[in-house]
Amino acid sequence: MMWNFHKYADHLAVIDDDERQVTYAELEGFTQTLAKHIPQRCLVFCLCQNTLGSLIGYTTSLKNRIVALMLDAHLDKDLLVRFQEQYRPDYVWLPRSLKEEIKGSEVFFDWDYSLIKTPDHHVYPLFEDLALLLTTSGSTGSPKFVRQSYKNIESNTASIVSYLHLTESERPVTTLPMNYTFGLSVINTHLAVGATLLLTDKTVIQRDFWDFMNKYDATSFSGVPYTYEMLNKLLFFRRRLPTLRTMTQAGGKLLPELHRKFAEYARQSGKNFVVMYGSAEATARMGYLPPEISLEKWGCMGKAISGGRFFLVDGQGEIITEPGVVGELFYEGDNVTLGYALCGEDLAKGDENHGRLATGDMAKVDEDGIYTIVGRKKRFLKIFGNRVGLDETEQLIKTNFPGIECACAGKDDEMHVYVTEKERCVPVRTFLVQKTGLNPVAFCVICVESLPKNEAGKVLYKKLEEMYA
Amino acid sequence: MTNEEKYIHAFTSTFEVGADEAKTLQFQGVPAWDSVGHVSLIAALEEAFDIALDPDDILDLSSFEKGRKILAKYNITV
Repeated sequence: MMWNFHKYADHLAVIDDDERQVTYAELEGFTQTLAKHIPQRCLVFCLCQNTLGSLIGYTTSLKNRIVALMLDAHLDKDLLVRFQEQYRPDYVWLPRSLKEEIKGSEVFFDWDYSLIKTPDHHVYPLFEDLALLLTTSGSTGSPKFVRQSYKNIESNTASIVSYLHLTESERPVTTLPMNYTFGLSVINTHLAVGATLLLTDKTVIQRDFWDFMNKYDATSFSGVPYTYEMLNKLLFFRRRLPTLRTMTQAGGKLLPELHRKFAEYARQSGKNFVVMYGSAEATARMGYLPPEISLEKWGCMGKAISGGRFFLVDGQGEIITEPGVVGELFYEGDNVTLGYALCGEDLAKGDENHGRLATGDMAKVDEDGIYTIVGRKKRFLKIFGNRVGLDETEQLIKTNFPGIECACAGKDDEMHVYVTEKERCVPVRTFLVQKTGLNPVAFCVICVESLPKNEAGKVLYKKLEEMYA
Repeated sequence: MTNEEKYIHAFTSTFEVGADEAKTLQFQGVPAWDSVGHVSLIAALEEAFDIALDPDDILDLSSFEKGRKILAKYNITV
């Protein structure tokens, strides 16, 4: 087990924005209390917020070999029902205010959370090394989850602790959801070193966030590209943040100019700005750009974490050895997850990836061994840090709107959805917003006369974008 | 458009709500007014009134009503 709460017994593990302070000894006690109500290894849905109750649900699961499937507490209700039908969890751990949404009986409650025993009992067998299920950092409402093993989580946590040089003196303020792989990695790593989590659901555009961060001397925060765009807009560089030491960025490629700006700020103010690379399929992290070279190498992604390895493959399937040549980025390491689950039966599956991951990103490497992401092989966008598959989204729309002609394209943080019937524009957009839980500004639905296709009937996305975007 | 109409329009167009609902809105009161929506609202207001809001005002603009008071600092009466 990567966590030893006894070792840090009198350290503060958590301070939340209700001013509640919890030591590691207390967290251990809470974890044991909750575990008593879940007698055996089984599947539990954990509806997450950045609150103490949510955290206890997660720590209890991981420490007691209970398999948690992590979801956003604000998830669309229909989706929650569908996931429950597909995976049949024994329990659901959720904010007490939402307990009416789940069928079953409340067997325990505390910390504003309820444990609901569902009518199901061990419906689907669980593979012995399966630890955790996370959405594929996308949220297209598909029932696809990444299967993470205990070894995955432990190895990735150890690598991250090592390259970020984390110690018990850290106080990260939560800026990302716990059900999101990047947000969860912040929790995993800091609990492993006896540091203090500053738990809040507030965001950087709220005054309360900054007050909380300053009051409790936050030493680090994390963000996706959109977070850094907001910070830039808020003239973050003018703020006095004496205790802040580290800013980490992942969840998509930051605009190179912003990378340079934050790296410059970090150098001038004696802080670290760490650009990182990862995905739920690799537990959380695959690469990072050491902060010492963040400014010289602005726009670059970095190198593999300790214990991992990157390599590039060309169109013929050959490994590229020369610097500057673009190929698909592959990663190998103990943190490459077991595979996906699309339904309850898949929870019994073993390791399907065997430690190797095709990232779907196109990259090149320089003479110093530093990688840069230059494009994508697979059709997906990163929307506010979430990977959203374009083909999956098209399928989702077509399933919900039978007979519709549609095509999805666009750029990060802005999906273009092309339809051929004007009256479909509004319903499609409303549907996507509801199903993904993403802000409406992420979706631009455009009505076109017809979708350009090749002779085989495949949509010509490039042409479509040139014509209308 | 009057200033008031422009002000209301910034909310109705950003959050896709009617004018009556717009007047009662506050941050996180509707799903669309999350942190992403907040940035869109600020952009809409800045464009409508041709101003650049101070970061402190961006943080404080947490409801329709508060926004009125903040715009007054920029000599805009809505």
